[in-house]
Amino acid sequence: MKFIDEYRDAGAARRYAEAIARATTRPWTIMEVCGGQTHAIVKFGVDALLPPTLTLVHGPGCPVCVTPVEMLDKAIEIASRPEVIFCSFGDMLRVPGSSRDLLAVKATGGDVRIVYSPLDAVKIAREHPDRQVVFFAVGFETTAPANALAVVQAGRQGLANFSVLVSHVLVPPAMEAILASPGNRVQGFLAAGHVCTVMGTAEYEPIAKKYRVPVVVTGFEPVDILQGLYLCVRQLEEGRAEVENQYARSVRREGNPAAVQLIRQVFRVRARKWRGIGEIPQSGLGLAEEYAAFDAEARFGVADRTAAESPDCRSGLVLQGVMKPPECPAFGTRCTPEHPLGATMVSSEGACAAYYRYRRREGAHEAVPATEP
Amino acid sequence: MESPPDFSLSCPIPINDYPHVLLAHGGGGTLMHQLIERMFVPAFRNPLLDARHDGAVLAADGARLAFTTDAYVVRPLCFPGGDIGSLAVNGTVNDLAMCGARPLYLSAAFILEEGLPMQTLWRIVQSMRRAADAAGVQLVTGDTKVVDRGKGDGIFITTAGIGAISHRLIIAPASVRPGDAILLNGDIGRHGIAIMAVREGLEFEAAIESDCAPLADLVGGLLEAGVEVHCLRDLTRGGLASALNEIAEAARLGIGIEESSIPVREDVQGACEILGFDPLYVANEGRFVCILPASEAERALRIMRRHPLGVGACLIGHVTQDTSPLVTMRSRIGVSRVVDMLSGEQLPRIC
Repeated sequence: MKFIDEYRDAGAARRYAEAIARATTRPWTIMEVCGGQTHAIVKFGVDALLPPTLTLVHGPGCPVCVTPVEMLDKAIEIASRPEVIFCSFGDMLRVPGSSRDLLAVKATGGDVRIVYSPLDAVKIAREHPDRQVVFFAVGFETTAPANALAVVQAGRQGLANFSVLVSHVLVPPAMEAILASPGNRVQGFLAAGHVCTVMGTAEYEPIAKKYRVPVVVTGFEPVDILQGLYLCVRQLEEGRAEVENQYARSVRREGNPAAVQLIRQVFRVRARKWRGIGEIPQSGLGLAEEYAAFDAEARFGVADRTAAESPDCRSGLVLQGVMKPPECPAFGTRCTPEHPLGATMVSSEGACAAYYRYRRREGAHEAVPATEP
Repeated sequence: MESPPDFSLSCPIPINDYPHVLLAHGGGGTLMHQLIERMFVPAFRNPLLDARHDGAVLAADGARLAFTTDAYVVRPLCFPGGDIGSLAVNGTVNDLAMCGARPLYLSAAFILEEGLPMQTLWRIVQSMRRAADAAGVQLVTGDTKVVDRGKGDGIFITTAGIGAISHRLIIAPASVRPGDAILLNGDIGRHGIAIMAVREGLEFEAAIESDCAPLADLVGGLLEAGVEVHCLRDLTRGGLASALNEIAEAARLGIGIEESSIPVREDVQGACEILGFDPLYVANEGRFVCILPASEAERALRIMRRHPLGVGACLIGHVTQDTSPLVTMRSRIGVSRVVDMLSGEQLPRIC
């Protein structure tokens, strides 16, 4: 398949792995920002092809994982109301809130529906004027344009029964938070290709300059990731700190201006809490004043809810690249996909889920860290 | 009266974790496995059930019979490549075939929802008749119930089947040996994606059709040729990954497969990429794995490829010496990883 097969080619992967090994003279630590990249690395075993001096750490780029517990609790509270049809992307349904998840709400009679596009939720609102339809607007810059479009369309169609529970987060502030933290180990980034498809690459230039880190915008297939790592290692070895674009088949420097315009129209940048990490200033999106009528938090009176995260869950350290999932004492024992302590164990992009699914058992993989149970 | 010592009033499924049945308890993954292992098997324990096969193999007056049952709930009732009627016949026929039996007789119980269009029911019944004819089975007994509107999903069908076994092989995970070859009869993932596409309104250039088909004739060809089959398993819910994990678990042996040898049609692969699904876990209704001595693999493949349902038959891997029941796959870039059982259903991803 075009754009898939050539980026999963064993020969190309080996050649890039060899080029990386040749280019690497010192130990380097590189973070792949996006959870989709983490899964590709673990699923295809990309890290097993790398020289031992090159360390990959997994970043916070999984929208499901960083959605705070209280937002899940708000979603669960709203979805439990009899008049509500609660629409969500599929992988939010298994994420634990304080006491249960959205699948449990569904099992006890809540009308929780999986949609593939926020516009499907708008359609449901039109077809059910007697019900309140709420869309769980989660994600990074990638999903923000479509979610914004849903709000605009609902406004145009005068759908008073439609609202959105917004939990949008932004990549660059999270990268800055990681770089500014005292325990930071990250020396270079693979930036998230699809986020940059929307936003472009310019906003990473100040970060690369300020923190002296290379940022390589990278795709999601094994050969993409190996190419991205090669470019990043070359910059590190040569002492450069620039924004480079490995994923040129999808990303332009200016991004997608129409999508960016839509985000600016509907959302405003605001502080957001990240699950496991805490509040990061200017790191998320909320509805703009003009669209406040579509705010589900206000409509259902849940804005003030707070919740504590499980003290046993170390997902914050995993999301900041400080700890690898198997190093967590709860990994695979008290925390499994059936009984997750945190979202990183359930999401299809979560680092803990990736390690559990592909690397859980001893001897299955040569790259398994020695600490794995 | 004293209770028998093993009688327990407490529910074996941790109620605190799951006070209610979730959809995932029927998803073919870990949760369904737990339900069967912790609730059903202990409750009904007997040697035939303990074999954990697609059907039970019974001895009756010197003859060996295979007996199986399956319930069919599918939305939409009709989908490209089949409908609930052909599914209900083929699914049970295939479970018998996986016991190495020649399917003979089926029963069918219909639970109909008040308001189901008679035209729809007629279409489904005709489809069942055609599927039964094609598989060479007779539908010899049945039952009909109607439930209130809103209490069913149009139609639920349960079929049971009996087949005759005319060879001396023990076709079961217990017969699997280290070094055995693993054959697959064609490309995977079509049924699951066909259903998903209709249910969710996904459109492709050409409709992806379910692979729903009766496998008994293809399996019969192998057995009649005297191929020494060790184990057979059809790939339904949970897909190839779950089937191989079940076999590995029951045989207490490892399994190694090659990603590049597993055929997935381009349109199915494309749909999986969009939805964030792994084709290894997507449902099939006309695919099975055949485990046999490696020395028999070439001959078996030749026989399978002569049959219309086995044209794409291929060798996907081997049973290993490993005594931990682990399924591993060498990825396209040459690195091995675990292929685990899913905990529930695959859920479409965000981005």
